[in-house]
Amino acid sequence: MNVLIAPMQYAFMFRGLLAVLMVGVVCASVGTFIVLRGMAFFGDALAHAILPGIAIGYLAGSGAREPLFWGAMIAALLSSIGIGAITRRTNIRQDTAIGIVFAGMFALGIALISTVRSYPVDLTHFLFGDVLGVSNSDLVRSAILGILVIAGIILLYKEFVVISFDPVLAVTLRLPGQLLEYVLLIMIAVTIVISLQTVGVALMVAVLVTPAAAAYLLTKRLPVMMVLAASIAALSGVIGLYISFYANVASGAAIVLTCTAFFILAWIGREIQKRILVRKQ
Amino acid sequence: MKNHYSGRGVIHHPDEPILLAEHIYVRYDGKIALEDLTFHLHAGERVAVVGPNGAGKSTLFKVVAGLLEPANGKLNIYGEGPSGHICIGYVPQRSQVDWNFPVTVADVVMMGRVGKLGLLRWPHSRDWKLVRQSLAEVGLSDLAHRQISELSGGQQQRMFIARALAQEAELLLMDEPLSGLDVHSEQAIFDILEQLRQRKVTVMVATHDLEQAAENFDRVMLINRRMVGFGKPADVFTSERLMLAYGGHLRLVDADNRLVALADTCCEEGTEE
Repeated sequence: MNVLIAPMQYAFMFRGLLAVLMVGVVCASVGTFIVLRGMAFFGDALAHAILPGIAIGYLAGSGAREPLFWGAMIAALLSSIGIGAITRRTNIRQDTAIGIVFAGMFALGIALISTVRSYPVDLTHFLFGDVLGVSNSDLVRSAILGILVIAGIILLYKEFVVISFDPVLAVTLRLPGQLLEYVLLIMIAVTIVISLQTVGVALMVAVLVTPAAAAYLLTKRLPVMMVLAASIAALSGVIGLYISFYANVASGAAIVLTCTAFFILAWIGREIQKRILVRKQ
Repeated sequence: MKNHYSGRGVIHHPDEPILLAEHIYVRYDGKIALEDLTFHLHAGERVAVVGPNGAGKSTLFKVVAGLLEPANGKLNIYGEGPSGHICIGYVPQRSQVDWNFPVTVADVVMMGRVGKLGLLRWPHSRDWKLVRQSLAEVGLSDLAHRQISELSGGQQQRMFIARALAQEAELLLMDEPLSGLDVHSEQAIFDILEQLRQRKVTVMVATHDLEQAAENFDRVMLINRRMVGFGKPADVFTSERLMLAYGGHLRLVDADNRLVALADTCCEEGTEE
């Protein structure tokens, strides 16, 4: 018991714990739609494409957190719009458009950050996160935005399900499909930005996709999948944080590895279940 | 619900035809996909749309469903433009559905209610009742809580018909609904279409099977980008008209004791495959 309580004597660990719980729940809920719609590459790209926004916020704000956040937000939105525009206006396929925007924006971010002398350290923080550096104001901002994202998912749940499962039905029901798609993209962007400090740019896609994929293997009901994904992500966050504390491993990596372990467990469980079902028949 | 949300306040003029198409032109990548198509449907009738591959059957359905804007011409539903109408049901081709999507049969049927419910509203007991009734009507009550991949091909089609019923659709579009189904599943679907006739639901079915079109439909629409003929099967399926639609490439294959039209797309597009 002491093993679990001892780290919480440090305020930074407690803040880190709150951060991973929040980020886990929000990421996995949004991630459920990312998995079902086959948008994993888009999520990964968007996470990388926010780097120039962070860089500009960082250079302009000289260390303050607020500009980083808004820079990331603007970069995410511009990237989504850019990918959409390339896909619609040219006959280039969407995955190619994503590749172009993702690599270009990421390179721009690295170029900007490399103009600063402390470049290697700063870049590492952005790439891999620094959950133990989460401040109280970070937590409050993440909580407010996280609640907005969750509220958006609950309020637009049935519409998101329709545009994900059957876009043709969305048209015949005259749903504002384009608008809903953009709302979903904005929600993904917000999720990425609030998770930035916890897992960083490079590993973001794992938190979005892996818990949701594990849940997908375990259930055939969407609401259950979402709750399961959120639980797996939150639990992975907590376990990863403790591993990071005791084994002195980078926190982002520990969290993602825990997610991966849960995925493998879910997969094994599913295979065993299949065998049993076959034997019963 | 008391205030009947019928999508942006559109009005149905019952004296107007359920669907009126006037001089519809559609271009796809610079090529003409549909040319000067004019027709109207009567409420409650059953129409088969036939024509060779590439004749524009799916394109026509996309225009009616609102997925494609015609380059020219107008479409009216009960006397008004199509934009606000949510009375068109659509049964997708089975190959276009993600059958592993984590939803149950009842969930899919409930999706038909989403338009009437409107944004930010959850289903009421009235909606669940409609879903149950719709499932009962197509004989899927027992399978309501199954995941959709557990259904057979015919049951999958019936599920989407149930969704259109829950949507309170008045015009039902079915693109090749019978392909790959066994005779029993086919018959089950025709039995359901017979019930729909009593509810005055108009049904438009794209099919390759000319004999089935002749046997089971009130009118057939024979197209090959243009309208070749529209009327009673006996009046439309003349050798002259069939020649006009299929060119020299109509091969009638005797499959399971019925005639199936096979047209070679390769020759029609001018390329060999």
